[in-house]
Amino acid sequence: MNTDRPPLVRISGVTKNFKRGSEEVHVLAGLDLDVPEAEFLALMGPSGSGKSTLLNLIGGLDRPTRGSVQIGGDRVDELSDRQLAAWRARHIGFVFQFYNLLPALTAERNIELPLLLTGLNKARRKQQVAAALEAVGLAHRARHFPRTLSGGEQQRVGIARAIVTDPTVLLCDEPTGDLDRKSGDEILALLQSLNQRHGKTIIMVTHDPHASARASRTVYLDKGQLSNTPVA
Amino acid sequence: MSTLHRILTIALFNLRSLPERKGAALTAAVGIAGVVGVLVGVLAIAEGFRRAMTVSGSPEVAIVLRSGADSEMTSGLDRDAVRTIGDAPGLARNEAGTLVSAELFVIINLPKRSTGTDANVPLRGVEQGAFAVRDKIEIVAGRRFETGRNEIIVGAGAARAFAGLDIGRQIKIGQNMWDIVGVFTANGGLAESEIWADAAVLQPAYHRNNSFQSVYARLASADAFHSFKDALTTDPKLNVKVDRLSDFYAEQSSMVTQFITSIGVFIAGMMALGALFGALNTMYSAVAARTREIATLRALGFGSGPVVCSVLAESMVLSLAGGAVGAAAAYLLFDGFRASTINWQTFSQVTFSFEVTLPLLGRAVVFATAIGLLGGLFPAIRAARLPISSGLRE
Repeated sequence: MNTDRPPLVRISGVTKNFKRGSEEVHVLAGLDLDVPEAEFLALMGPSGSGKSTLLNLIGGLDRPTRGSVQIGGDRVDELSDRQLAAWRARHIGFVFQFYNLLPALTAERNIELPLLLTGLNKARRKQQVAAALEAVGLAHRARHFPRTLSGGEQQRVGIARAIVTDPTVLLCDEPTGDLDRKSGDEILALLQSLNQRHGKTIIMVTHDPHASARASRTVYLDKGQLSNTPVA
Repeated sequence: MSTLHRILTIALFNLRSLPERKGAALTAAVGIAGVVGVLVGVLAIAEGFRRAMTVSGSPEVAIVLRSGADSEMTSGLDRDAVRTIGDAPGLARNEAGTLVSAELFVIINLPKRSTGTDANVPLRGVEQGAFAVRDKIEIVAGRRFETGRNEIIVGAGAARAFAGLDIGRQIKIGQNMWDIVGVFTANGGLAESEIWADAAVLQPAYHRNNSFQSVYARLASADAFHSFKDALTTDPKLNVKVDRLSDFYAEQSSMVTQFITSIGVFIAGMMALGALFGALNTMYSAVAARTREIATLRALGFGSGPVVCSVLAESMVLSLAGGAVGAAAAYLLFDGFRASTINWQTFSQVTFSFEVTLPLLGRAVVFATAIGLLGGLFPAIRAARLPISSGLRE
């Protein structure tokens, strides 16, 4: 862990409670976390421990009940819905467990989607889509629809879509959870390469110790709190 | 990238994914096609009836009735009054004198060709001037009746709708047999529903002595109407009302057209309610089926506005497609379809053709769009309000 870099992500005293009927469920309890720029952080923990909730808070998909979420100096928890949407488009790249590609669009059109929210013209968009496809090794599959791609290829398209706008942070929610070991290893190698060669800050939620071993740091979430050691 | 472009992008994406939901999409579109088809069909009846009643109503022709009469049935004019009317200023003339026709209007019973049941058919006694007074009366088969003889000519609509009105045949009117000697058209107008005979022969057959019920008069110009009307209504010897034929027919047709339009709108409204629920169901299903995709788009940074607009756009495209199919089907099935109905002012049958006009099709398209808009609105709002984090897990 490189502690001399200023934290790109700063989570301070974040509490998240959900209502389930009349019952209030406490998912995160006054949690603190700093993630420096260019770190590859793995976030582990048992099911229901709140890993995805924390990732959603960092990605501006949800708001904390209390506490602050600061990314690159922006107080994400204070933005309006409209501002949040624009902020996500600019700063966050999401990689989902089940890829979340739009089935009606080809790989390149899926990758182009986030660029439609930028001011880039068609030629520049095409250029960036080609670069992203090249980066994930799928230039030859650009015009294929998701249903004609393997799981590993679909996740590569998902990663290409996440990096095409060169976001501040890459948030990966179980990116290898739906893949076999070989495809999973390829995806992890790709994420590692994005982190090590291109300095991408990555926060990855995973169950898999094999996956977390690729990260530069692993933190463990249990009972709403983080620790640096695995939960017993 | 403008908001409009974002909306178009997502809308296009939605539309591209339509084949994956073709069952529900087709159901909604077919439902709306049915509604529009029925609406256009019924309104085409009203439009056709209105046209039949008004097409022959030239503003250059005036009709004179007894004051207080609201139709020819309740009117009566004696020979002296007719003579005075024929001498009034503002009338068009030919070598025979002013262009007027004093007429009788009676109702006879004839069986309908379609059902065999008796229906009231208007029989009009006219003078030879009637052909010059009215526009576009054309003998399309046979010849005109001869003055002083028991001969009749029948309107093309009446000839089609009622049994026994073929040239060469005879029909019994009053106590006498009458020869059918010709068939005429009147540009699709009201006269095509009538049977015409010589007024002078019809009068004794119906014991009318020397009285008539109306006088039709061609004016020298449309502007001459006021001087003609003023001359008659200020004459102390006369007790008459004068209308332009166009206004008279419009007023005569108003009750039936309003009734048919009301029925049409009511039926279509009821069906539209069903189609609306169909559209709602389709769009709710579409939103439910694409919860994760919509959540993904919103996670990527697309705002609620484009998502709402894209769902609405899909709904409206389905409605417009359904509306276009319904309107086209209605046009192919109904336009020009011939029918007859009773005119309540005269209690006689009016034959007419269904008229599917461009403005009518325009109204149908607006109607379909409104169904689409309403059917898509609530699902669109639901799509925009779905929590992204839970939508991503669907």
